[in-house]
Amino acid sequence: MPRVDTHREPMPKLEPSARRETFEEVAVGYEQATAEHEASRCILCPRQPCVGGCPVGVDIPQFVKALREKDMPAAVRILKSKNSLPGICGRVCPQESQCERQCVIGKLGAPIAIGRLERYVADWEMAHGPVAAAAPTSSQPSGKRVAVVGSGPAGLTASADLAKSGHQVTIFESLHTPGGVLAYGIPEFRLPQRIVKTEVEYVCSLGVEMRLNWVVGKTITIDEILSDGYQAVFLGTGAGLPQFLNLPGENYGGIYSSNEFLTRINLMKAYLFPSYRTPINIGQVVAVIGGGNVAMDSARCALRSGAREVYLVYRRSRTEMPAREEEIENALEEGVIFKLLTNPRKFLGNDQGQVTGMECVEMELGEPDQSGRRRPVVKPGSEFVMKVDTVVVAVGTTPHPLVPSTTPGLTVSAHGTIAADEGSGQTTRPAVWAGGDATTGSATVISAMGAGRRAAAAIDHYLRKGTGG
Amino acid sequence: MHRILRKEDLTPSVHLLEIEAPAIARKAKAGQFVMVRLDEAGERIPLTLADWAPQAGSITLVFLEVGRETNMLAKLCAGDYLTDVAGPLGQPTHIEKFGTVVCVGGGVGVAAIAPIARSMNEAGNRVVSIMGARSSNLLFWEDRLKSVSHEFIVITDDGSHGRHGVVTQPLKEVLERAPGPDRVIAIGPAVMMKFCALTARPFSVKTIVSLNPIMVDGTGMCGSCRVSVAGQTRFACLDGPDFDAQDVDWDLLLNRLRTYADKEKQALEMWRRQCASAPAREGESSGHAQG
Ligand SMILES: Cc1cc2nc3c(=O)[nH]c(=O)nc-3n(C[C@H](O)[C@H](O)[C@H](O)COP(=O)(O)OP(=O)(O)OC[C@H]3O[C@@H](n4cnc5c(N)ncnc54)[C@H](O)[C@@H]3O)c2cc1C
Ligand SMILES: Cc1cc2nc3c(=O)[nH]c(=O)nc-3n(C[C@H](O)[C@H](O)[C@H](O)COP(=O)(O)OP(=O)(O)OC[C@H]3O[C@@H](n4cnc5c(N)ncnc54)[C@H](O)[C@@H]3O)c2cc1C
Ligand code: FES
Repeated sequence: MPRVDTHREPMPKLEPSARRETFEEVAVGYEQATAEHEASRCILCPRQPCVGGCPVGVDIPQFVKALREKDMPAAVRILKSKNSLPGICGRVCPQESQCERQCVIGKLGAPIAIGRLERYVADWEMAHGPVAAAAPTSSQPSGKRVAVVGSGPAGLTASADLAKSGHQVTIFESLHTPGGVLAYGIPEFRLPQRIVKTEVEYVCSLGVEMRLNWVVGKTITIDEILSDGYQAVFLGTGAGLPQFLNLPGENYGGIYSSNEFLTRINLMKAYLFPSYRTPINIGQVVAVIGGGNVAMDSARCALRSGAREVYLVYRRSRTEMPAREEEIENALEEGVIFKLLTNPRKFLGNDQGQVTGMECVEMELGEPDQSGRRRPVVKPGSEFVMKVDTVVVAVGTTPHPLVPSTTPGLTVSAHGTIAADEGSGQTTRPAVWAGGDATTGSATVISAMGAGRRAAAAIDHYLRKGTGG
Repeated sequence: MHRILRKEDLTPSVHLLEIEAPAIARKAKAGQFVMVRLDEAGERIPLTLADWAPQAGSITLVFLEVGRETNMLAKLCAGDYLTDVAGPLGQPTHIEKFGTVVCVGGGVGVAAIAPIARSMNEAGNRVVSIMGARSSNLLFWEDRLKSVSHEFIVITDDGSHGRHGVVTQPLKEVLERAPGPDRVIAIGPAVMMKFCALTARPFSVKTIVSLNPIMVDGTGMCGSCRVSVAGQTRFACLDGPDFDAQDVDWDLLLNRLRTYADKEKQALEMWRRQCASAPAREGESSGHAQG
């Protein structure tokens, strides 16, 4: 039995002081030597619990083995046969609660940095040119057409799998750029757009047709798609409807939903105004309300766009923050100021209708609520006013009503999520499947991909059964 | 990419583009709009569907030059391409046989009111159209609007064409008739719509306006277009753009429209400087077509 190396290769990162000036990627990525060393720590245990921790079942030990044997094309092929978006997942997946959490080495020290190795393999391919795709399971065209609504991770994964199975796939995407949250939400410094673009191009190279600016429910309905020669539909429409706090003054100018703020910056590149022509107002003092990953991304975008001070206002304490620990650390390193146990009450504005301040109260933690987290309660007499120039409301999103409201027979839950079978993604409407944030509410890239994969398998089965094959 | 099939200068600052967009043309209804992105660096801007031809697969947009995007759009000619056009978006205008319907169009709003007047006419209404502009050289589509109206009034601020004054004066006269109209629809600058709402208020006739807040996606995912109607926050791109004029918080709309005023000015000036230093493009001055 070889001695177990419990020392994990750290991820090289840009200096925090340098980051405020740039949208360049913070995590620089492993060098060849560090990647190979990290890969060599894997003991290739026969039970491979890590694979079970991956929602798309990547054959982790095999690609890690190929990497350390310096057979990079093989590593790429193994990885991509299960995951069509490895450069994206290697960067944004919460591996600490998935594959790496299951890692045997993790019981003794730091688990293998599977996500960083995944990113290394994907980046290697991007630098060295495409490796011939893993053999499709069926190169025989089925003659069936499938429509996929939405080009986020759920839609892209379903499309890639269906195309590999020989079906003709068309993606209908309402925005002008494919990728869903990967394109409009997650900022450049965590996920460069060129990575998203390359991986979307890979999916298209499998024969998937991408129709941008097609707003399903407006440009075309599900009924029309189904009577237009498509035998099945997958809905990967995400959870893109922004929530507000419903507080007085919330419509003052300078108050943004996180979706608007991030869309202006990431999708429309407002940080490059006026060369890119979409404006954004980022004042000296920015307050971001919320404690999740979206709030962290918004705060870090604000810092990079010229704000002098950025406050993260959250009503519970740091322990209850839903954001990934790594993102919290990055935000703190960069100088985001946390105002914990604080909750806004109302917004104040000037006579031009622009926000100037925020009346807040201090909170303390009471009894645990249904989610098991201690419920924040207002500290009496703790009102105070924060002066702010810009506010970003990052308190969550819910699924968009457009497709359900225009599709007879499609049932939604009380929270607006599309009702679908957890295993197959089958909805209440025949020939229509759904998965990702549209069915679960805001979750993760990889869980959306897993849902896309399961639905693709169910659709493939349905289409083959239909022909008696 | 969407090809421009035809360009027409309706006035020196109002232009018409007929654009290839078969999928949108098939679904378009009066009162809906599209989001347009000129090129890779462009903003997404909302423009109302002024007309559409499902057979020919084209849509018609009419816009006023106000800032950088619309000034850049004005430079395009037939044969050029728009990078992105998405739609038709928003709820169609509620068309029904109401009886007598007053259609008020101010400035570039005439382009938006024209298809509504036509649909109201087709639905069997008696259509009274009121069309207004600052001056005669800003008027367009007079014949088009007249041809779908039973009664037609044109008015200019300076009296250079038609009656002298603003649209609320003839609107008030029509409202005072007995029996009065059954519905009013007013589209134009926010201030004009606000005053139409005030004019109609005492007559308790349902008055509809088409709100024009700043938009980003135009599909309900950002909230940039939020307006307050009857005390409720609504997304104009999703729930509107038509709303009951009496319920609209006009000050909020006007304030939000000013949010980027400084940046818009800066962008327009920068663009004008670039134009001044760049050589004129061939064929640019021949973009004028017969009206
Ligand atoms: C700012 C931010 C940061 C995040 N960071 C992380 C992270 O680090 N790690 C992680 O795992 N997860 C993260 N998430 C969550 C993750 O991005 C989502 O869970 C994931 O993108 C969901 O994928 P999806 O395919 O279901 O939907 P989406 O990515 O939302 O894609 C849905 C797509 O459908 C399109 N669409 C919607 N309606 C229509 C229609 N009617 N017609 C046509 N197209 C339509 C949308 O335009 C969009 O492109 C983050 C989310 C946000 C907002
Ligand atoms: C539903 C809807 C339909 C519209 N239809 C038409 C139309 O048919 N013809 C027409 O000429 N105009 C129309 N407008 C207004 C048009 O969108 C704006 O004039 C245009 O966006 C201005 O862009 P700009 O860069 O030229 O000007 P800017 O310099 O950016 O701004 C000039 C003014 O236009 C408004 N504006 C700026 N950006 C936007 C934006 N993204 N969305 C909305 N308003 C903005 C602001 O109030 C600003 O003060 C419509 C607006 C809406 C919301
Ligand atoms: S424009 Fe984004 S929600 Fe209406």
